[in-house]
Amino acid sequence: MELLLVLVLGLLYAAGVYLILRRSMVKLLLGIMLLGNGTNILIFLLGSITKGKPPVIDSNHNVFQDIYADPIPQALILTAIVISFALTAFAIVLLKRVYALVDSDDLDDLNTPEEEDI
Amino acid sequence: MLFTILLGLISSILLIPFGKRFKSSWSILLPFVPTVLFIYYLGYIPKVASGLTYFQEINWVPSLGVNFNLKLDGLSLLFCLLITGIGTGIFFYARTYLKGHPYFDRFFGYLYLFMSAMLGLVLSDNILLLFIFWELTSISSFFLIGFNNDQEASRKSAMTALTITGMGGFFLLAGLILIGNVAGTFKISELIEYRDVILNHPQYPLILGLIFLGAFTKSAQFPFHFWLPGAMKAPTPVSAYLHSATMVKAGIYLLARFFPVLSGTDLWTYTLMGIGGFTMLYSAIHSLFRIDLKSILAFTTISALGMLVFLLGIGTKQAVIAASVFILVHALYKATLFLVTGIVDHETGTRDITRLSGLKKVLGPVALAAGLAALSSAGLPSTFGFIGKDLIYEATLHVESHWILILTVIAVATNICLVAAGFMAGFKPFIGSLPQEFEKLHLPYKSMWIPPLILGGLGLIFGLFPGFIGNYLSYQTANSIYAGDTEMHLAIWHGFNTVLILSLVTLAAGTFLYFINKPSAEKVGFIEKFEKISPQQIFTGYANDIVKFSERFTNFFHNGYLRSYHMKIILFAEGLLIYKLWQSGPIKIVFDNLTPLTIYEVAVVIILLGALLIVVSTPSRLTSVVAMSVIGYCICLMYVFYSAPDLAMTQFTIDTLSTVLFVLVLYKLPSFLNLASARERYRDSIVALGFGAILSIIALKVLYEPIKTETSDFYGENAYILAKGKNVVNLILADFRGIDTMFETVVLGIAALGVYSLLKLRLKSSEKE
Repeated sequence: MELLLVLVLGLLYAAGVYLILRRSMVKLLLGIMLLGNGTNILIFLLGSITKGKPPVIDSNHNVFQDIYADPIPQALILTAIVISFALTAFAIVLLKRVYALVDSDDLDDLNTPEEEDI
Repeated sequence: MLFTILLGLISSILLIPFGKRFKSSWSILLPFVPTVLFIYYLGYIPKVASGLTYFQEINWVPSLGVNFNLKLDGLSLLFCLLITGIGTGIFFYARTYLKGHPYFDRFFGYLYLFMSAMLGLVLSDNILLLFIFWELTSISSFFLIGFNNDQEASRKSAMTALTITGMGGFFLLAGLILIGNVAGTFKISELIEYRDVILNHPQYPLILGLIFLGAFTKSAQFPFHFWLPGAMKAPTPVSAYLHSATMVKAGIYLLARFFPVLSGTDLWTYTLMGIGGFTMLYSAIHSLFRIDLKSILAFTTISALGMLVFLLGIGTKQAVIAASVFILVHALYKATLFLVTGIVDHETGTRDITRLSGLKKVLGPVALAAGLAALSSAGLPSTFGFIGKDLIYEATLHVESHWILILTVIAVATNICLVAAGFMAGFKPFIGSLPQEFEKLHLPYKSMWIPPLILGGLGLIFGLFPGFIGNYLSYQTANSIYAGDTEMHLAIWHGFNTVLILSLVTLAAGTFLYFINKPSAEKVGFIEKFEKISPQQIFTGYANDIVKFSERFTNFFHNGYLRSYHMKIILFAEGLLIYKLWQSGPIKIVFDNLTPLTIYEVAVVIILLGALLIVVSTPSRLTSVVAMSVIGYCICLMYVFYSAPDLAMTQFTIDTLSTVLFVLVLYKLPSFLNLASARERYRDSIVALGFGAILSIIALKVLYEPIKTETSDFYGENAYILAKGKNVVNLILADFRGIDTMFETVVLGIAALGVYSLLKLRLKSSEKE
């Protein structure tokens, strides 16, 4: 399964990079979200992945009795997901605002006229 | 001593609030400061002449060895007297010269600043302090050269001068720090005790090279000489003061100051003899081709500076004596000639010697001053110049090697040219018939012609009584440079010997050269043809290339397109990562350690990849947003499979929210435009796939690495014991790292505020394009 995850994260990164190289602002945002997801999976892989053993202590015991999934990557990813949501939400309304102002989804339209002829 | 430095600085600052008053009614006070300082330093002459050296120390940054150490010995005293004495004349002169100029107050502000900096430079006994004042002189020189800031040539010359001297200062700093590190002290008077350590240190050539670069740039030695003729764009009093009498001699001062510490090696001797000898001959010849008075004087100044470097290079007792006398000789006659040139320029409006003649009829005392200076520069017996020239020949004739002939010939040839150039500047404008256009001229205000007359007259007085100035001043100057007794006795008559013959030959040949050399505009044009290959062209060409390069560099990297920045960043990262991965060796995979595949997982991955393809390729915004949420849910499922229930819940919530927001807010936007060409898309996909591949390889490498679990174990074991909870991920976030999470919440709050205000903000009609 690890190999499949490796493939998935590689493709998530590739798609993310491809999208941030486009001119559309929405695609830029989608690209950033994909890069975030790819990074989450990369972090997830850094601790060895374990099936069906969540890092939750059994209700009858005070310490782990069995092996358990690494809790640190999970804590990191949880933070990352939440923060990336803040970013996404802000970016979405920002895009709406930009669209209302310049009436375009094209990043190049944000350039000032003087800079365009460089 | 400290107060003498501060006095100038305070005066400079006082000109800011009281500038207007100093322009008119108070302007008579301006020359007061240098006069007081001059008298103060005159009082030191008898004490220093008896062999005393004065020290003053004020702690500044003792922990770094940077202290306000001041020292007054023979060498410093000579320079202090030059700075304040000639300064007094210049201040009187400039007050009249610049009367009514709109920047009158500013000019004197710079001049005060310069005077203080120069005094600080020659009084410093700490090499870092010396460096600070060194840079201050460069900066004040920059302002004074560019004083006529409405002229492009003036601004350009100021930039050139600052670039060259600033660059030299940079090298000098490196050299000074090195020498301080090698010797372990920053006090100049202590350095001499470490002479052997420094001379035998492997870094000695480097130290010497760096200090030479500093001295050569400041004192306009070849190939850095070209800033000095350019610096003549400054008002004439500045040229007289900074660019002939004092500041340009700072490089000489530096060499003289370090003479006891660094000299005596072949490297010292031959570099200085070579550079100085070449500079003095090169610019002496150049001066003969000029028709602009200031230009002639600029080149003869360079030549004289070359002579001083040359003498310090020879480094024998006689050479040191010659150098210490020649500094004074040259300062006196050259300042006079510059001041005279200023008067001529001021009165006639031209400095072209082919147009000037017969001015002695209208400018009598000025002609007298010029004549005295020209004779001193020519070295006529009974002038101070004669003694200077004698000593130079004495020095070249007493070199203990087979170099005697060459050195003497170079010195004689240079002096012949200088005699002719001195006559060109000091005699030519004043003799002959007076053209009609100049008949109505009258003598300027006496504060302009008295200073040059005094300076010129001193050349004669010192020449007639050389023993007087020799015993009281030059003897101790030479001793400070030589760091020993030089047994100097200046006398007007040395007997009938080789030196006298050489002096007379020089005078005769120089006079002959003056009569046969007829400077003209064509000759200037001829000599300027060579400037295509001159150092100046190389330097300016190089500077222009840097400007062009940085323009192209900036335009390439900062072209205003976000995707182009992304592209460059990603390509750079790819390059770096590929290099690093290449170094780290092949990938190893242990298949036994991998978790087995199940059908659900494969199905989820296939759905995810399909959705990914749709996100990348769909023309519809809504489709891409929905596909995006499919990807999110697939990842959520994977978290479920691999024992991360908290992540799965968070991902599910967040993904749903994002999709809702996306659809609600961006529903109105048009569908994607296809803006890129096929070629661009192929290029971008290759870059993107490359990046993905690199990240996959990194992940594979990570898989092979053993995992350290101490931290995880700590949390696992103490979750219940310390934090009284059973869900370890929750405990890490809410308890162990609780403060981090709190700040994360703050970030979310800020984002929420941003979202809210952006949504609530109403568009003004003017904002709409």
